[in-house]
This record gives sequence, C-alpha cells and structure tokens, in this order.
Amino acid sequence: MSGAIHLEARGLTTGYMPGAPALSGVDFALGAGRAVAVLGPNGGGKTTLFRALLGELEPMDGSCTVKGGTAYVPQTERARLDFPVSAFDVALMGAYARTPWWRRVAGADRAAAREALARVGLAERTRERFGALSGGQRQRVLIARALVQDAGVLLLDEPFAGVDATSQARILAVLDELRAEGRVLAVSTHDVEQARRWDRVLCLNARQVAFGPPAETLTTEVLQETYGAELVVLDGRARGVAVHHHDHGHHQA
Amino acid sequence: MSSFPPASTPPHQAFEVDGRAWGHESGPGDVAARSPWQLFWRRFRRDRVAVAGLVFIAVVVLAAMLAPLIVQLVGARDPQEQSTEYLDSFGLPVGPGPDNLFGADPLGRDVFSRVLYGAGVSLQVAFLSTGLAALVGVTVGLLAGYHRGWADAVLSRAMDLTLAFPVLLLGIGLGSACSVGAGCAGGLVEPGLPLVVLIIALATWPSFARLVRGQVLSLRETQFVEAARALGASGARIVFREILPNLLGPIMVYATLLVPANILLEAALSFLGVGVQGRPTWGEMIAEATQVFDTAWWFMLFPGLALVLTVLAFNLVGDGLRDALDPRSDR
Repeated sequence: MSGAIHLEARGLTTGYMPGAPALSGVDFALGAGRAVAVLGPNGGGKTTLFRALLGELEPMDGSCTVKGGTAYVPQTERARLDFPVSAFDVALMGAYARTPWWRRVAGADRAAAREALARVGLAERTRERFGALSGGQRQRVLIARALVQDAGVLLLDEPFAGVDATSQARILAVLDELRAEGRVLAVSTHDVEQARRWDRVLCLNARQVAFGPPAETLTTEVLQETYGAELVVLDGRARGVAVHHHDHGHHQA
Repeated sequence: MSSFPPASTPPHQAFEVDGRAWGHESGPGDVAARSPWQLFWRRFRRDRVAVAGLVFIAVVVLAAMLAPLIVQLVGARDPQEQSTEYLDSFGLPVGPGPDNLFGADPLGRDVFSRVLYGAGVSLQVAFLSTGLAALVGVTVGLLAGYHRGWADAVLSRAMDLTLAFPVLLLGIGLGSACSVGAGCAGGLVEPGLPLVVLIIALATWPSFARLVRGQVLSLRETQFVEAARALGASGARIVFREILPNLLGPIMVYATLLVPANILLEAALSFLGVGVQGRPTWGEMIAEATQVFDTAWWFMLFPGLALVLTVLAFNLVGDGLRDALDPRSDR
C-alpha cells in the first residue's frame, strides 16, 4: 500500500433531496496511514458522509476525492440474520468487484477470504452461518470482507456498536495493522472516548463542527455544538459522554 | 445505506451465493435446505392439470422427433407421397381407414403422417421464435431498465414502434419479399423456416422487453443491488448475477405462454400461404381443408385437433408454472 491512497472532501455539501442538504461544509484531507473518527449524534450526517464518499450520493456543492478504492463496512444490525450464507460466503463477497460476472470467484480470492477470516480470529468458524454468529463476530466477518476487497480507504459504520470486548480488541488490532499498512480509515462512532483513539476526529452535526487531532479538537464547546442538549459534561473538563437514545431496532427504509 | 444481507430477500438470493447452492457450504443448525428448483417442483407437481399438459407436450415433442420411425412402425406412407389410389372416382379423398389412419387429403397424401410431421414444424418454429424473441427482448429490457435515461427512451420507442406494426401484414409483406431467390438481407434470411421464425420473433420481442424492463426498474433500486454496488460489483455483474436470476421465473412463465401463441401465429402465417413451404404444416393443412370441408371433415379435424390440444397443453403448463413460481399464490 503506497502513497496513492488519499481521502479528501472539499466544501462537501450533500443530501437526499434537492435544496435540503443533510450535511454541509465538510472539509478535510487524510493521507496514507491516517485514521479519522467521525463523531456525531444520530442523524448528524455520519452515514450521509459515507454515502457521499462511496459515490452513492452526488455532492450538491464542493467535492470529495477517494484514491485507492473504498471498502464499506456496514453495521451488523442492518443485516438480515435468517439469510442463509456462511461467514466464508460473506467474506468472499469482497472479491465480487474483481470477479468478471461470468466467472466464479477465483481460487486465490477464496484463499484470501480464508486468510482474512483468520486475521479477524474466525478461522474456525468459516463454515458457520452468518446469522448464527454473535454481533461482534458478524462485525469481524464484515471487516474480513473489507480485507478481501483490499481497498485503500475503509469506511467503518459504527464498528463497535453492540460488539463484545473480545471482538472489539480483535477489530482494533486489525485496524491498527491496516493503518500501519498505509490504509486510510474512517470510523464513525458516537463514543467520544473511542474517538480519542484515532489520529483525527471529524465532528458532524448536519454540518462540519470541527476537524483536527482529538486532543485539540474535543473541547467541551465543540462537543456541545456537536451533540447539542444531549451532552452531559462530567467533570468540567473536555471529557464528555454523549447520551443517546439510539434504538437498534430502528431501520431506515 | 447498503447492507448485507439485504432487508428484503428476493427468492433467488436466498438460495444461491455466487452460483453455489448455499446448503453445501452451510454449517450445522440450518433448517432443512431446499433449492428453489426443489421448492418449485413440489408446488408444480401438485397441479394435476399442468402436469397432464406437460406430459402431453412431452408426447408431442417425442412424436415430432420420432415421426419417421412412427410412420414406419404403423406402416403409414411418406407424408409427401401422393396417390390417386386414395381418391374416389369423383377425385375426393377417402376417409380414415387402415391405410390412412386419419384419412387422405385431396392429393391422396396420408393425413396421419402429415399431422405427425407437421408437429415438428410447429414446435421448431414456436421454440426457435420464442427463444429468439426472449433473447432479444430480455437483452433490450435489461439494457433499457438498468441504464434508464436516453437508452431507455430510444429502446422503449423501438418497442412501441414494433408493437404498432400489424403482425400479419408484416408477415405477408416480408414473407413474399423474402421467399424469392436467396432471401432477404443478402441471403442472411433464407426463405422457409428461418424467415417464419424471424417474422414471429420480430413481432413478439417487445412484450418480453417490456416485461423485463419494468421488473429491472424496480429491482435495481432494491437493497441487494445497492449492496452489490457498494461492494464495487460491475454493472454487468449486477445485471447478470443479481437482477437476471430474479427474473428467470417471470421470463420462463412468459415464454411458456408465448410458445402456444407462436404456434398459432405460425399456423396463421401458413394458413395465409407465407409459412414454411415444402414441409407439411398444420396451418397449411387447415387452409387446404377449408375447400373440401363439407366432404373431407377429417382433413380439418385432425390437424385442428393437434393444434388446439398442443396450444391448450402449453397454456395449462404456463398457468401451472405461474402459480408454482408465484410466492403469493397459496397452492
């Protein structure tokens, strides 16, 4: 993985209906090996930003540039658990982009899928049904799928939501490895402490509130602006805990 | 955003991942695995009428393929053999008897072997024209539905234009224009069977295209397509591996219902004299029979019966297929 990897948004404004942007003024750039936490309340525009970076949403204003290919890791709560595929099948989907439609996935890609599952600690569970795995294990399978995609830029949508401690540790270790390989990571989260772990933090609340290194950026003012009334300040310093009423049963249509 | 597995699972997607039946790769704790074909067959089998239709079609197909053998076995004459032996003193054909099971025609030919050989022509024309129409229609429908925009506008107008043509007039026109010499388009379309197949396919592809286009328009917005796109799947992969397999059911049903319509169209073209020449066909026999109907009823009855029963069998099978493939029917 080399310096060709790059993730950048310049004055990006985007949304779902013309004239009603869901997210505006997003302006940041990340070079190879950088990881950004995308912090914000539900409906703050985290997923909207990812959609724009994936090219699913057109910019209404400004632009975004992704170099090195993107892999998207969705939230596992959105997955249908009665869907009869194995962990291996899901990881193998990462090879779809480079498999011509008339061919089956190549043997090398099958090996890559097995290797990716081993890397997230699921070597023994490749044949297990995806829906029968725990939330954390499913999240790891989805990360394995992104590994198979071998993209320069990884967009992870709330990868630690509803994930057990073992899985979280494993995922963090893999993400650190990926960063060391020079890949760019964007990790959306609503957990301020989690956000401190990464190189940069991007605070969103329908617009870009702040962008920078966590130590400088995560001030009480910025957090209050990001979370509004939902924020509870614990000890007067720039340590905050975002209080959420997020409902995992809620699915967008 | 795109999620996997999708929130709405179309029937095909539930059973196959990258061309493999999922049951083989899945681990323990799964519910009993049945492939979509097994499920379909279980439902179809319960429909006695459709199964009877299928059996009848199988008999007709076998009879058409083995026509020379059957004719030899029952000791019937060659379908082209004319003989005054089977015309009475007024020149009228003789009725059904041991020599001519279905009677003779005004040229003294054996109606039984002609009906038997005619099945081959009818089925060949119907299957080939339906296949060609399906190939063109499905391709055009996929293109128009998936790309939308100007491609859709151009292709949809082409469908409208083709549907606006009076089929029989077009057939008569093309039939007479192409049946002289080496055929049309520099010998590409030879007179005879290829020409009839082309005329019928030309008249019927737009309905296939419309069916497919409408389905593609809705399928391309589903979550499983969105998920494939987010994984970086190419347009061709999305169209052929995600969308097309979900359309096989409706395409199969429509093709099965189009076969009998095309058998009738072939008969109509033969009746009008622009069908397959030089081989016995049901339509041509019925046309000739109209002139001697009051004396030689058998000449119209047997090819007519063969036509009606074959068309009926295909329609019954088509209805059965539709019921068996429709998840909403409670059969």
